[in-house]
Amino acid sequence: MIEVKNLHKSFVDSQILKGISTVFEKGKTNLIIGQSGSGKTVLLKCLLGLFDYQKGSISYDDKLFLSLSPNEKRTLRSQIGMVFQGGALFDSLTIAENVMFPLKMFTKQSISEMEERVNSALKRVNLENAHQKMPSEASGGMQKRVAIARAIVNNPKYLFCDEPNSGLDPKTAIVIDNLIQEITKEYNIVTVINSHDMNSVMEIGEKIVFLKDGLKAWEGNKDTIFKTDNKVVTDFVYSSNLFKKVRKMYLGEL
Amino acid sequence: MNYLHNIGSYFLMIAEMFRKPTKWSVMKLLILKDIEDLIIGSLGIVAFISFFVGGVVTIQTALNIDNPLIPRYLVGFATRQSIILEFAPTFISVIMAGKVGSFITSSIGTMRVTEQIDALEVMGINSVNYLVFPKTVALLLYPFVISIAMFLGIIGGMAACVFGGYSTFEDYVIGVQMDFLPFHMVYAFIKTLVFAFLLATIPSFHGYYMKGGALEVGKASTTAFVWTSVAIILLNYILTQMLLS
Repeated sequence: MIEVKNLHKSFVDSQILKGISTVFEKGKTNLIIGQSGSGKTVLLKCLLGLFDYQKGSISYDDKLFLSLSPNEKRTLRSQIGMVFQGGALFDSLTIAENVMFPLKMFTKQSISEMEERVNSALKRVNLENAHQKMPSEASGGMQKRVAIARAIVNNPKYLFCDEPNSGLDPKTAIVIDNLIQEITKEYNIVTVINSHDMNSVMEIGEKIVFLKDGLKAWEGNKDTIFKTDNKVVTDFVYSSNLFKKVRKMYLGEL
Repeated sequence: MNYLHNIGSYFLMIAEMFRKPTKWSVMKLLILKDIEDLIIGSLGIVAFISFFVGGVVTIQTALNIDNPLIPRYLVGFATRQSIILEFAPTFISVIMAGKVGSFITSSIGTMRVTEQIDALEVMGINSVNYLVFPKTVALLLYPFVISIAMFLGIIGGMAACVFGGYSTFEDYVIGVQMDFLPFHMVYAFIKTLVFAFLLATIPSFHGYYMKGGALEVGKASTTAFVWTSVAIILLNYILTQMLLS
């Protein structure tokens, strides 16, 4: 479980997060949604420890992140898997080497043990024959799947995904969504997804945190989001005619 | 004010480079790869430039000695001194600031743009140590490159001298061997090691702290070249004043 309490983050000229509190639960796909500039990425980077924050707290399984010693922080980070928006695969390494990277850095396994783990992670994301390809030879969807394999290869306790569907076709996007949800259940981990994609919200949003102008405007799940009459949320989520109709059908109004 | 901020950040980056080292089994592979990219990959251009610039130094020296009282072996002597003291350590370093420096800035800058550095940080890896330290270690072999530049510069000078008919082979060799001070080699290699450190760290700094997209990677590479050259020229003056005066 990751608990965020009254989180404030500002940069030189503007305040981005204005006191966010929420809990990201274990075994669930937790989504952070909101318009561009609402503070989603900043919140994610604060959770990951990439940004310092001015006020508030973040705790991982009841341990305050800022009170951890450098060694405890290192241990915690080795338990985090991250899927970046663009994949962030290392260009100079093959796909197999990319997936093996966290194992090389944090474990003392033999090469054969690491290869076994890499094979199983790549198999998990349906990429069994791509070991020797370079990231530049892989499609966008493949790169995302490799990034997921790299994120899960070291059995993380926490998985973060920054817009895992951006730039993907709808079919591949659903494959990625389902994969993330399956992995969350299978490994019983805390998964936090930063997303713009309303399909993802409806498909895998077991917990949804809606941000608006650096504040938490709404919190719920994929079922309650249909029923909410919070105007800020409905204006954003049901901005397209298709979703307006879907909502009406769900509520029995059509 | 911004300059002061950047200078401070540069020294903080250097301090960070020695903190929380990357696993040795990974680091040694990174060092070997950087030796291949930065040292072995530069030998061709350094050899080519050294040989021909050595020839030019010889021709210009020979053409400017028109007094019959000045011995012809002075051509070899002047070529050796120019190449060992200045051309090989400094001129080649400025060229390397363009070749190696832009490579370092663009490769690290691209990693910044594509969030690869964030990925390292999220994993708890000291990204400065992972990226900059192996380049700094690899460039400890830079004196080897400069030795080759010195050797080929003198050989290029000899070829130009003999085949251009400016002097005889024997005169050139006598000149090259005349009044040789071993301390000049020490001076040249002290400069080389200092320049090697600058070549590894200044471009890394500009790549690591760059912000923006692909266009900014190009701008950062140009800025890195300019500042590395400026630092080399300035330290060249300071070291020469300290060591030779």
